[in-house]
Amino acid sequence: MNPLLDVSGLKASYGRAQVLFGLSFQLEPGEVTALIGRNGAGKTTTLKAIVSLIPAQADRLVFKGHPISGLSTYRIARLGLGYVPEDRRIFTDLTVEENLEVGRQGARPGRSPWTPERLFRLFPNLATMKRRRGNEMSGGEQQMLSIARTLMGNPDAILLDEPSEGIAPVLVQAMAEAVRAMKSEGVAILLSEQNWAFAAAVADKACVIERGEMRYQGPMADFMNDEALRRQTLGV
Amino acid sequence: MDLSFILIQALNGLASASSLFITACGLTLVFGVTRIVNFAHGSLYMVGAYTAATLVPRLLEMSYGPATFWAGIVLSALVVGLIGILLEILLLRRIYRAPELFQLLATFGVVLVFQDLVVQIFGPQDILGPRAPGLRQPIEILGRRFPSYELALIIAGPIVLGAVWLLLRRTRFGILVRAATQDRDMVAALGVNQALLFTGTLFCGAFLAGLGGALQIPRVAANTGMDLSVIAECFVVTVVGGMGSVPGAFLAALIIGQLQAFGILIFPKSTLVVVFLLMALVLAIRPNGFFGRPEATGGSHVVGIASRAPVRSGPLLMIAVLVVLAALPLIADPYLLKVATEILILALFAFSLQLLIGVGGLVSFGHAAFFGLGAYGAALAVKWLEASMFVAVPSGLLLAGAGGALIGAFLVRLSGIYLAMMTLAAAQILYAVAFQWVDVTGGDNGIIGVWPPAWAGPRAIYYLLTLAVTAIALFGLTRLIDAPFGYALRAARDSEPRAESIGLAVRRHRWLAFVAAGAGAGLAGALYAFSRGSVDPSLLGIPTSVDALTMLLLGGIQALTGPLAGAAVLHALRDWIMPLTPFWRLLLGLSIITMVLIFPRGLVGTVFHGREERA
Amino acid sequence: MTLLEAKGLRKAFGGVVAARDVSLTVERGEMVALIGPNGAGKSTVFNMIGGQLRADAGSVLLDGVAITDATPQDRFRKGIGRTFQVAQAFLSMTVLENIQMALISRHREALRLWTPARERYREDALQLLAQVGMEGTANRSCAELAYGDVKRVELAIALAGDPKLILMDEPTAGMAPAERSALMELTDTMTRSRRLGVLFTEHDMDVVFGHADRVLVLLGGQIIASGPPEEIRRNPKVREAYLGDTHGLRPLLTSSP
Repeated sequence: MNPLLDVSGLKASYGRAQVLFGLSFQLEPGEVTALIGRNGAGKTTTLKAIVSLIPAQADRLVFKGHPISGLSTYRIARLGLGYVPEDRRIFTDLTVEENLEVGRQGARPGRSPWTPERLFRLFPNLATMKRRRGNEMSGGEQQMLSIARTLMGNPDAILLDEPSEGIAPVLVQAMAEAVRAMKSEGVAILLSEQNWAFAAAVADKACVIERGEMRYQGPMADFMNDEALRRQTLGV
Repeated sequence: MDLSFILIQALNGLASASSLFITACGLTLVFGVTRIVNFAHGSLYMVGAYTAATLVPRLLEMSYGPATFWAGIVLSALVVGLIGILLEILLLRRIYRAPELFQLLATFGVVLVFQDLVVQIFGPQDILGPRAPGLRQPIEILGRRFPSYELALIIAGPIVLGAVWLLLRRTRFGILVRAATQDRDMVAALGVNQALLFTGTLFCGAFLAGLGGALQIPRVAANTGMDLSVIAECFVVTVVGGMGSVPGAFLAALIIGQLQAFGILIFPKSTLVVVFLLMALVLAIRPNGFFGRPEATGGSHVVGIASRAPVRSGPLLMIAVLVVLAALPLIADPYLLKVATEILILALFAFSLQLLIGVGGLVSFGHAAFFGLGAYGAALAVKWLEASMFVAVPSGLLLAGAGGALIGAFLVRLSGIYLAMMTLAAAQILYAVAFQWVDVTGGDNGIIGVWPPAWAGPRAIYYLLTLAVTAIALFGLTRLIDAPFGYALRAARDSEPRAESIGLAVRRHRWLAFVAAGAGAGLAGALYAFSRGSVDPSLLGIPTSVDALTMLLLGGIQALTGPLAGAAVLHALRDWIMPLTPFWRLLLGLSIITMVLIFPRGLVGTVFHGREERA
Repeated sequence: MTLLEAKGLRKAFGGVVAARDVSLTVERGEMVALIGPNGAGKSTVFNMIGGQLRADAGSVLLDGVAITDATPQDRFRKGIGRTFQVAQAFLSMTVLENIQMALISRHREALRLWTPARERYREDALQLLAQVGMEGTANRSCAELAYGDVKRVELAIALAGDPKLILMDEPTAGMAPAERSALMELTDTMTRSRRLGVLFTEHDMDVVFGHADRVLVLLGGQIIASGPPEEIRRNPKVREAYLGDTHGLRPLLTSSP
């Protein structure tokens, strides 16, 4: 089977500062892959580069068989590749319902489309605050909304940047369950995490990035069971 | 002052607030989404007025009645909306990522194009539209007569506010517009086609501008000056309300409407001054207006002068150029000398702007303020003090330097688009003063009889005098730019945090830059006054400011000598082409747009850059 | 006397408290690292010490003198130099002119109007460049330099103010791996030879544990631990909060698929 997202030789810079030094990895349909690494390792840059939010070069950047290198951000999103940013980027002047409306795209063949009602079942917290504005929500609630908003586009895959960061510990558990629920709906997820315990709880595959280079790729379970490997790649 | 009079004035204020809000609302919507301050918004307003004044009478001939009248108004606005779509597709979408200076200049190019097109299509004469059927009779309020059409206007403002509110709250398009106003990139990441969204926004903005213009036809004749007068007021409304905020624009329009209505009682000759002073005051307290947000993308002005190794042959070359220029009277006729004199003066004018923009990164859109202050300073000294040229020219320089000090003190806290609009506002204040303070400035007619003493009267002598003064001033400014002062100014432009963390007092440097640039432009203005023998308010007008910017752009912002070349090219072209064609402004406008799109480095900049590329 | 002493610093943005009761010290000749996850308040604390932000409460003392409300300009004159997360240099100038600019400012000559700036303090500037190993690029435009070299220029700019204390915000961010250790070695040498104090934030743990004399861990706007690197590495609270121990997420792991 062809991978859903195929990345090879991805390079990116911020101004004159090179951040990615040629990353290669794949995301299979319906699978959760975790990009693990410390702050500043290049995880966020990787996700942004894939959806053309920052300029990048790649030997190969293919989503669902379409080359997406150099495609504009909105076309990539239209193809069914969703992006949930690290800082959530909720439209703070808009209500929960309006935020969801911005993310809405047409249904995709063969799958029942996400609706606000379905999403409120997935994120019950949001159901209680449909009319609330983004700026009146907690970090965790914003994170939920940001994911729900992206799901409104009925994506085949989501790039999910640090969903567990900066949210209350009780919500971390809920977030992990939401990721699993999305997976069970057939959505593939590329997850960026520095909290590798969270990644271990939800991911099938691990890609460890350090300083913009790939240190390790393999099944998540192998990474978890090999303490020497963890120590070597993460320094813990 | 009795109650009924106050009421009538208040109603007048509300009526003008309504018109102003409808127009400014479009400008603020467009800015919110596209981050472009559309200078051509006033032109769209003007086209709306012309279209309605031409179209509505024809429609009324076919079927007379209120429905026809209002349908004609809306139809005219729709026409303007379509023009807005064209504007977005042909120009704006190509400059969304350009520095704001280029955006302002390109849309000003559109202003020039429209000025000629409007005259070609609608004719040179003003067109007064028909009165609104059903609203021809004034009504009586507390014993005073009040035009009923004004009441309709008062109602129109809140109706438009309501409609815009519904559009923004209840439609998907509106929700996307609000989302894009906050975070364009995120909207794109959610799969929204920005191009369509922007085109739609431009349609709405242009529609509102057209509506604002069309609604004026029963009260004001459509005329070719409406574009710049309304754009200046719209700038004030959007800046005071906060760029991108519709409720802010409404509130600001209300305040400004009342200020104009009652300000006229206190300062009968200076309503504009009161309005712009309000803007200065609001910005001094709230640098982002009532409801504006700080601009995340501040300081997008990245182009400017860079260090160059001193050229060994530089001084020799300069002397050679001077000698050639000084020899010009030997071969040139008086007319050519007049043109050459003006080129020298404009070169100094543009060069002083280079100090602000190219060196300091301070995008001034009202440099005419200092040029005009210099000219008026000299002319007033002649008229009221009977001063000789040798006293009058320094007076002009001093007045402009003082103006730079005063205006600069307001401006040093601002950055980016607010700075550009504030400088424009400052120039408009002075324009209003010159225009309205007839007793002192001669108003529209200006001051005449500003001639050099008899011995300096001949063109050749005045040319040589100008050459000497200009050369000295340019030399001084160049030293300033190369001296620690200029370097510090450039340092603050390159990186403000870095400049502060090495102890540079950034604001003080910027303030001094305004003083120096003001004095330089003022000197040019004073020389210009004596070269023409007169001054008038147009020296302070927006077109004069844009001339300076065009010369700068033409020559290149990166090159120290750019403005000199730009002045020569622009003025020579103007002198050569303007008599040949009625489409001078159209040509100039298109050239400005082309330059922004194709040669953002300017002529000299492009030549130098090409050389460096090859090297 | 303690070189830098921050006492009870507090800063809130709207309702969100970004730093609460943060106290720290830096001694001469000491490199202190301030670490913590994104959003822990590192930049807030850093900018309060650098003068870019005003503290709501608390004080900052340099050599025992309060500089809590001093502007960045004043702090420079009192002996604080700094580098930025995204290197900030004057890109329109040559490398040498960048240093000259800082020297001109230090000697309070930034308002001089006549003598060309490029003729001032050339020798001193060249000397400083030599100290960071950049003398060979003196006449190149700063815009042409590799990013790692710009960071070196930044360090030389900071040194031009003859500082007692240098603040470095993520000194190695955005640098190629090879350049990182070179820059930190250089900083190390400077610190020891000039008896400077250095306070830096950093994400790269190799840099932190390789170069810091002391490590402060910030979490939720508070300092939760402070001590020598080895002690911090072993501190269970720190491991849990920051270094990514499995401990805090046991329940998650047991329910893993």
